[in-house]
Amino acid sequence: MKIINCPLNGPRNSSEFVHGGEVRQMPDPNNCTDKEWADYVFYSDNQIGVVTEWWLHAPSGYWFIAERHTGSDEILRTYDPSEIYTSRVEFKAKVEPSASEEVTV
Amino acid sequence: MPFSLLKYGLNKDYPFEQNADLPSPSALKPHYDVVIIGGGGHGVATAYYLAKYHGITNVAVLEKGYLGGGNTARNTAVIRSNYLTSEGVKFYSESVKLFQGLSNEFDFNIMYSSRGQLTLAHTDAAIRGFRQRTEVNKHFGGKTELIDPQQIRELVPSLNMNPADQPVLAGLWHIDGATARHDAVAWGYAKGATQRGVELHQLTEVTGVDVDKGKVTGVQTNRGKVSCGCVVQAVAGHSSIVGAMAGIRMPITTYPLQAMVTQPVKPFLNPLVSSPALHCYVQQTGRGELVFGGGSDPYPLYNTRSTMELKESLLAHAVELFPFMANMRLMRQWAGLTDMTTDYSPVMGLSPVENYYLDAGWGTWGFKATPICGKTMAELVATGKVPELIKPFSMARFDTFRQVNEMGATAASH
Repeated sequence: MKIINCPLNGPRNSSEFVHGGEVRQMPDPNNCTDKEWADYVFYSDNQIGVVTEWWLHAPSGYWFIAERHTGSDEILRTYDPSEIYTSRVEFKAKVEPSASEEVTV
Repeated sequence: MPFSLLKYGLNKDYPFEQNADLPSPSALKPHYDVVIIGGGGHGVATAYYLAKYHGITNVAVLEKGYLGGGNTARNTAVIRSNYLTSEGVKFYSESVKLFQGLSNEFDFNIMYSSRGQLTLAHTDAAIRGFRQRTEVNKHFGGKTELIDPQQIRELVPSLNMNPADQPVLAGLWHIDGATARHDAVAWGYAKGATQRGVELHQLTEVTGVDVDKGKVTGVQTNRGKVSCGCVVQAVAGHSSIVGAMAGIRMPITTYPLQAMVTQPVKPFLNPLVSSPALHCYVQQTGRGELVFGGGSDPYPLYNTRSTMELKESLLAHAVELFPFMANMRLMRQWAGLTDMTTDYSPVMGLSPVENYYLDAGWGTWGFKATPICGKTMAELVATGKVPELIKPFSMARFDTFRQVNEMGATAASH
């Protein structure tokens, strides 16, 4: 894998790209169990096969999605995240009562 | 030609069978008390200590390739215990102590060479980290000192003290640091284990694990089915894949790590030198070759291919450390698969499956732990109780957010 086909910039040298981890559904941090959260942040299938991952083209700061085979080191397909994410994902932190008081003081 | 050789030439039998280091291959038995998956250093060491200390010899070590042919032969053979956490230092110091006695114990030379290991600090933050590691090490009986640039110059006169415009400010001098022949460690353990009755089956690949009501009952192999009382999984580089056969999901991601060797030159470098800031470690082997290793590859992969990017970045830094090496030629390169955990500590002990024991997550720190892994895993199998030394490394630590963070104590950050 020497060349990666960036959906925005076309084929570029692989050294311009940064691996961003698997595309996974994040559990709701405010309502999930510790086990679910641990699974999300630490555990992985980690098998030989095709994985769907986030990649960053660092010079242009553009995040995209790639389907890559973890045995053959080949990228099968790259595409813009809008293919999967059709609406904006909001991240809301749980507001602790004491924390909000500190902010108002 | 001595006349005694003529006798063997005329004899039908292979003359050295009775003195062979390993017995000839045999058929698999239908049942073993213990099946160990993986015939690398950790697997055969576990078998050896099971037989030696616990009298358990109805043991089969199943290896899909050949003895010590996986990551046991692919590491850069560094032995050290200058870690950061008390859990880590206690564990790896025991390992160093065992290593020191192995050649005598095996009556077989593992070429243990106690040369000291020097880690370089290029920033004030690194010196603070080194100070902590020095004190933790001393506390647990290790020999580690913080040394200044003058002492570094005396230890390694050929070192460039201003590599890549990052001046060397101090060094973590680990006097216990050593190297040994990694193949010989596996051979010595295998010889000792098979002499005590353990069976080593090479070219025997485990293709499935039988689990009944949450308890392991046997394994399937390319040579047939075997039932067993318990299983020890010791497959560096394939922990997640073999674990999945038993239905176990692991906190591990697998990356390749590339290393390389130069042509041999006269001895000039005694200690093992590493620079975490420059992602590089260098040592000269007994044969005069220089061995380099660096960080793992930048993305997960089950493939040992070579990349030009890594060669360039690793060698650029190595040449900064030892500028005269620019004219040397590389002889060979290879890669190993590193099962990385997020806290750079192993996954050892019990698993969610009863009687299925894990010796996994050995990332880039597996070879140096070989003896103590064998000893503690054998104790776990024999007694069913997790030894104190490996309790902190249980897989359950990830579910309770009690990591044992050794990220700052790697020789080359990954």
